[in-house]
Amino acid sequence: MPLVDIRNVSKSYGSARVLDGVSLEVNEGEIVTIIGKSGSGKSTLLRCINALERIDGGEILVEGRSVRTDMPKLREFRQRVGIVFQAFNLFPHLTVERNITLAPVLNKRITRGQGRALALDVLERVGLADKIDAYPAQLSGGQQQRVAIARCLAMGPHLMLFDEVTSALDPELVGEVLKVMEDMARQGMTMVLVTHEMGFARTVASKIVFMHRGRVREEGPPAELFANPRTPELRSFIASVR
Amino acid sequence: MRTFVLADLLSLFIALQWTVALVIIALGFGGPLALVLALMRTSGRRALRWTAAAILQVVQGVPLLGLLMFFYFGMPVFLGVEMAPLVAVGIAMTVYTASFLGDIWRGGIEAVKHEQWEAAACLGLSTWHQFLYVVAPQAFRMALPPTVGFLVQLIKGTSLASVVGFVELARAGQIASAATFQPLLVYSIVAAIYFALCLPLTLWARSLEARLNAAR
Ligand SMILES: Nc1ncnc2c1ncn2[C@@H]1O[C@H](COP(=O)(O)OP(=O)(O)OP(=O)(O)O)[C@@H](O)[C@H]1O
Ligand SMILES: [Mg+2]
Repeated sequence: MPLVDIRNVSKSYGSARVLDGVSLEVNEGEIVTIIGKSGSGKSTLLRCINALERIDGGEILVEGRSVRTDMPKLREFRQRVGIVFQAFNLFPHLTVERNITLAPVLNKRITRGQGRALALDVLERVGLADKIDAYPAQLSGGQQQRVAIARCLAMGPHLMLFDEVTSALDPELVGEVLKVMEDMARQGMTMVLVTHEMGFARTVASKIVFMHRGRVREEGPPAELFANPRTPELRSFIASVR
Repeated sequence: MRTFVLADLLSLFIALQWTVALVIIALGFGGPLALVLALMRTSGRRALRWTAAAILQVVQGVPLLGLLMFFYFGMPVFLGVEMAPLVAVGIAMTVYTASFLGDIWRGGIEAVKHEQWEAAACLGLSTWHQFLYVVAPQAFRMALPPTVGFLVQLIKGTSLASVVGFVELARAGQIASAATFQPLLVYSIVAAIYFALCLPLTLWARSLEARLNAAR
């Protein structure tokens, strides 16, 4: 059974069909990278997997359970699926530690002491243990994004979603975030990510999905897909990002 | 006729207690109501939003004096209930406070980016926890300067309670001035007391604002 099973999903905003019969499987431990032009529906698809957006047709199964905005135990589900956004979205009024421990303290009722240990643990995994008492505004963009990843890791997610998490960063800060994601991939985390970092997609992804106008136009292993694009859309997309 | 004596000054300060009491009543009852209105105004349910918007619109359209008149003179006529001045004034100030603070706090809540709610929801927080731990602290910081500013309005507004015979600072001033025929002296003292009460708040609001702007 795939960890994520997207079956013929459609979604419209008003009369605009943003997802048009998308089907996609993500197996445990796979790194699936979604690429495509701006407006092709990548973010929307990612947000649907986390029940941030309502779908109009089809079905999304995660760990065998149907994902809907009104699904039972939505909050428990969200704790098992981490999502990281382009804009970090850290809580500016809380320290790094409190950013990380807020949800575990409220949801899992761990103590402050356990929380600090947990925060240290996940911060070590993103290389920021020394920033535990800093406020987000005192960190660089790359550091903030790594804290956002650590905040997700503290929930012990089974699946991680990344939406262009390096796009808002200065070029010299991109590498440190990608490295953290690479480490996670190596440790077996299942990940679905939208990225414009083609180099990263090529080396880390187990599967690339090319979206065009709300549809999955092509999918396959990166080497194959980049070497032999079958559709003119993918061909011109590859040419445009090179 | 007699001269202004210490006893008159004392009477002003006794009346000042009622001014302060009115402010506390207005905040104590109006504050929680304001929070409810602000939450309704920003909620996802249209019916709640519109109800709160209508209430805010109507109440803010009536001057505080009108509210005082309505509850003191109007209620006996319309509903047949006599109200003690304190009750009528207390209700009027509460309603006034709820509507203005409700609007100020709505602005604070709306100034917090939608993404903050979303990030908290993605961590599995309940809607209430999203508000309490993520949105409210940020909204509070942004709404604090205008809230303190409103407090100054509120303190000055209590003087209107004198028109329904309630003896707070302004009314005590009238009485003392009538008794001593020294309106200039008495009202100067009254004004000085209001000023002493409001000035620190105004300064505080201004420094909060400056700090908030610096933090951006
Ligand atoms: N909340 C919304 N309301 C209306 N239309 C929306 C909304 N969100 C997205 N859209 C539209 O849906 C389409 C797909 O958007 P989406 O954000 O999924 O694209 P994307 O592939 O992530 O693009 P980008 O690379 O620019 O991030 C776009 O045409 C966008 O304008
Ligand atoms: Mg996008």
